[in-house]
Amino acid sequence: MLKIKDLKVEIEGKEIIKGLSLEINKGEVHAIMGPNGAGKSTLSAVIAGRDEYVVTGGSIEFEGENLMDMVPEDRAHAGVFLSFQYPVEIPGVSVTNFIKTALNESRKARGLEAMPAKDMLKLMREKQALLEMDKQFMSRSLNEGFSGGEKKRNEIFQMAILDPKLSILDETDSGLDIDALRIVANGVNKLKNKDNAVMIITHYQRLLDHIIPDFVHVLYDGKIVKSGDKNLALELEEKGYDWIKKEIEA
Amino acid sequence: MTEEDKLLEEVTSAEYKYGFVTDIDSDTIKNGLNEDVIRLISSKKNEPEWLLEWRLEGFKKFKELVEPEWANVHYKKPDLQAISYYSAPKPKKKLASLDEVDPELLKTFEKLGISLDEQKMLTGVAVDIVVDSVSVATSFKAKLGELGIIFCSISEAIQEHPELVQKYLGTVVPQTDNYYAALNSAVFTDGSFCYIPKGTRCPMELSTYFRINQAGTGQFERTLLIADEGSYVSYLEGCTAPSRDENQLHAAVVELIALDEAEIKYSTVQNWYPGNKEGIGGVFNFVTKRGICHKSAKISWTQVETGSAVTWKYPSCILKGDNSIGEFFSVAVTNNFQQADTGTKMIHIGKNTKSTIISKGIAAGKSNSSYRGLVKIMKGATNARNFSQCDSLLMGDKSGSHTFPYIEVKNKSARIEHEATTSKIGEDQLFYCNQRGIGTDAAIGLIVNGYCKDVLNQLPMEFAVEAQKLLSLSLEGSVG
Ligand SMILES: Nc1ncnc2c1ncn2[C@@H]1O[C@H](COP(=O)(O)OP(=O)(O)OP(=O)(O)O)[C@@H](O)[C@H]1O
Ligand SMILES: [Mg+2]
Repeated sequence: MLKIKDLKVEIEGKEIIKGLSLEINKGEVHAIMGPNGAGKSTLSAVIAGRDEYVVTGGSIEFEGENLMDMVPEDRAHAGVFLSFQYPVEIPGVSVTNFIKTALNESRKARGLEAMPAKDMLKLMREKQALLEMDKQFMSRSLNEGFSGGEKKRNEIFQMAILDPKLSILDETDSGLDIDALRIVANGVNKLKNKDNAVMIITHYQRLLDHIIPDFVHVLYDGKIVKSGDKNLALELEEKGYDWIKKEIEA
Repeated sequence: MTEEDKLLEEVTSAEYKYGFVTDIDSDTIKNGLNEDVIRLISSKKNEPEWLLEWRLEGFKKFKELVEPEWANVHYKKPDLQAISYYSAPKPKKKLASLDEVDPELLKTFEKLGISLDEQKMLTGVAVDIVVDSVSVATSFKAKLGELGIIFCSISEAIQEHPELVQKYLGTVVPQTDNYYAALNSAVFTDGSFCYIPKGTRCPMELSTYFRINQAGTGQFERTLLIADEGSYVSYLEGCTAPSRDENQLHAAVVELIALDEAEIKYSTVQNWYPGNKEGIGGVFNFVTKRGICHKSAKISWTQVETGSAVTWKYPSCILKGDNSIGEFFSVAVTNNFQQADTGTKMIHIGKNTKSTIISKGIAAGKSNSSYRGLVKIMKGATNARNFSQCDSLLMGDKSGSHTFPYIEVKNKSARIEHEATTSKIGEDQLFYCNQRGIGTDAAIGLIVNGYCKDVLNQLPMEFAVEAQKLLSLSLEGSVG
């Protein structure tokens, strides 16, 4: 589904991703771990199409298409979803209005009519229930005054509505309390199927206790320096990154 | 190029999409402004002697006044001698069907959600008598008549209800008020009149159904609206539909009178031709709007301003009666070279008077948007309250916004709160929307409408939906 080959990315003249390759197939869950500043969020932003980041080398293919030729909204329409590490506030735009607009814009791009209000309402109720969200929530301004955990839950709610092919969750677990973590993880698991894929960026094992990854990668200084199965995450949790640094330097 | 730069370029290169020229054949008098012209207007309209005297008094004052220059707008002063002050429009040539109308224009109508019949009316297509909204309007008029509500043109009111006109005309905006008001008083030929009797709640939004008839607004409009004791009316002025006008100068006067315990909601959507992207052409809109509140009365002004090259407009409330309330909710969008200097005046005279001001200015392109507000608390206005919030949203770095709040307090018990913010549409917000599949134009529409929500919420439902679309459209880039 996603093929990244030897990707190099710069921002303000500084190289951040330094030759990264990664392949994600449908049905898979990949976890990306790595120290602060390693380039995890940069990678996710580049996949989503943020244009401040300058791609200086390599390629990204999504479902056989060159992702780099597409503007961010087209990537979204193609099925790329990013749960932001820091979701943005949009004052005066309700959660309902925002997600309705997003869904209908994607439908429009696929040549579909706007979703009838009745179906939209049903879909929202269903996903709201899945993520155990308060009804009141839906009429509040998007992310404005939301707690850290509420913002993250709202991201996954949007993911549930948009039903993307590839979901990139950038530290979705940070800010979630223990119950919320379980609810959100459970939501993600329910949305998982053999045709979609998830890329989870996280620092901790706790989310991976709930969403079991097929692959775990360590992103360090702009490169994937180690890949393994779910046990790699456990090992990292126990030993930190020092041993990996030593391995690289050796 | 960053998203913001792109946006800026798109916005500045967006052409005015709605302009269309109407060929109005008219019965016109020679250009120029003098006493004889005013006498001619008055006699053509078969007006009573007192009104002619009233006009002449306005003209006398006008000659003594100079065009105001304090507003934060710059333009070439229109030559008032080059205007013809009387022109009775003759019906335009009728088209046989909508097929004869410019398809681009129809697309715009569609985007704005204007009904087929209305599209026909606006483009001058002959309309089947059954669906003709003039006849719809007539039947509504009959219904209003049963309630004793008078709603007609000011010219008609002068003929049919001269006592009401004479009693109230100029009581809120005297002929001598200011340069443009004086000019308007001398030469007005068009406008609306409305009277709501005591204790009557007007059952419909006035002018929704009459919108089409009002599309061709005059250059010097005069509106007089009287809500008698305990009555209520919601009045809609203007039209989201495109209106182009060869008349460069528009100087309207609106007077509202809310007698004891009456309530007037006055909503405006203004979408006049703003000029092309070099800033050439476009309407100068210099309006004097003022209302007076008697005891426990309430006046709310709500305005969505997207058009005109130069706007100069301060809907105001004189809170004369105790416990009266004044409100002003405004969205002003400027793009390209548009300039807007708009705001309100709240004059607190009575005790326990309250006023609220919410102003949202949005400036794109090389445009300039200023908020100018005065809150004046007079000596006798014990316990007066005011809350003002003035926000500006800038798009790109070539636009400007300014806030000029003036506060005069002569009674120590007054409580006044003023908040002001200036913000920009962030790249983070745009990218977030893009990532969710919302393209940049749609994202701007969404963000701007969210930003203006407090004001749009004040509009009657039907109008609000149109206004939202209009806001999105007026900021839409040329790239789809
Ligand atoms: N807009 C920017 N301007 C300058 N430097 C940037 C910018 N964005 C990211 N960087 C730098 O790039 C590096 C990688 O940042 P990134 O956010 O991708 O790290 P991360 O792996 O997600 O870290 P964390 O675990 O803390 O979220 C950091 O050194 C960061 O300071
Ligand atoms: Mg990060």
